[in-house]
Amino acid sequence: MKTIKITLFIGLFLMSGFAGATALSSYTFESKEEEQAFRELTAKIRCLVCQNQSLADSDAELAGDLRREVYALWKEKKSEEEIAEFLVARYGDFVLYDPPLKPSTYILWFGPFLLLFIGCYVLSRTLKNKTEDKEVELTEEDQQRLKTLLKDDNDNREASK
Amino acid sequence: MSSRTRYLAPLFIFLIMAGFLFKGLFMDPRHIPSVLINKPAPEFNLPTLHNPQKLVSTADMKGKVWLLNVWASWCAACRAEHQVLNTIAGMGIVDIIGLDYKDEEADGKRWLQQLGNPYKEVLVDKDGRVGIDFGVYGVPESFLIDSEGVIRHKFTGPLNYPDIKGVLIPKLNEIRGESK
Repeated sequence: MKTIKITLFIGLFLMSGFAGATALSSYTFESKEEEQAFRELTAKIRCLVCQNQSLADSDAELAGDLRREVYALWKEKKSEEEIAEFLVARYGDFVLYDPPLKPSTYILWFGPFLLLFIGCYVLSRTLKNKTEDKEVELTEEDQQRLKTLLKDDNDNREASK
Repeated sequence: MSSRTRYLAPLFIFLIMAGFLFKGLFMDPRHIPSVLINKPAPEFNLPTLHNPQKLVSTADMKGKVWLLNVWASWCAACRAEHQVLNTIAGMGIVDIIGLDYKDEEADGKRWLQQLGNPYKEVLVDKDGRVGIDFGVYGVPESFLIDSEGVIRHKFTGPLNYPDIKGVLIPKLNEIRGESK
């Protein structure tokens, strides 16, 4: 069983390397670091054809073309912001995996915190209600009734023995 | 909160979620709204399919309302759309300019011979660079551009007959109404 797992792992590992190699193999890089930087950059960009793949992984025609454009801009020493701007101007924010912070995306960025806040509020209220339930003060009358009830109970027990 | 509303709260939350999910069933994740609407059409200067010496640029189209149709001979959906384009051309309501996207010239010419040519001019975008400037992510796509060179509407995917009456003609009337 263990050998199967290891073989499978090695196989998948080799395949993943292969997939990456096909997407970026046509570009030349001066160093490993440079290649890594380019891969990281293209991993932040969404392929518009296969939407759950990044530009670094996709083998779609359009992804290839966009990689070519991004590579050209990158070689011109354009900053990441400038490259993102180039893509957003043509394809919209959707092309970026991380949506930018602006009024139309506030709910996306702050919505989860709002929900967390509401959740905490509801939780604290519920807990408070529960503790209040426990501390019910008994009036004089209640105390008296409790005593008689307990006494009756004891008497019954005595009788049944 | 009374005890009754407290027990109904999960039901309300569920109904709201179900509402969103139900709406999601009818939304197309492949339809990405174009950011180019009401923006100037990107600049291009491209050779035409039938005369590579002749170049057509965005500036040449100024003063005209036109429809830029992005197509390719390798695109299956374009074949169905082509009859609709022929109909629009026959009606003579708007000039259609074709953008032969990432295609072989010979294939593009054969396509037009077989299916008819609704285009006033066919431009060749061999490497897809102009397509990228227009934010094209799937073929066919069509852009309605006004006489000022501003993109007014984008059709993602093939044009169909209901689009002519439902979208194209109203949009053309709107655009032409302004310039009068």
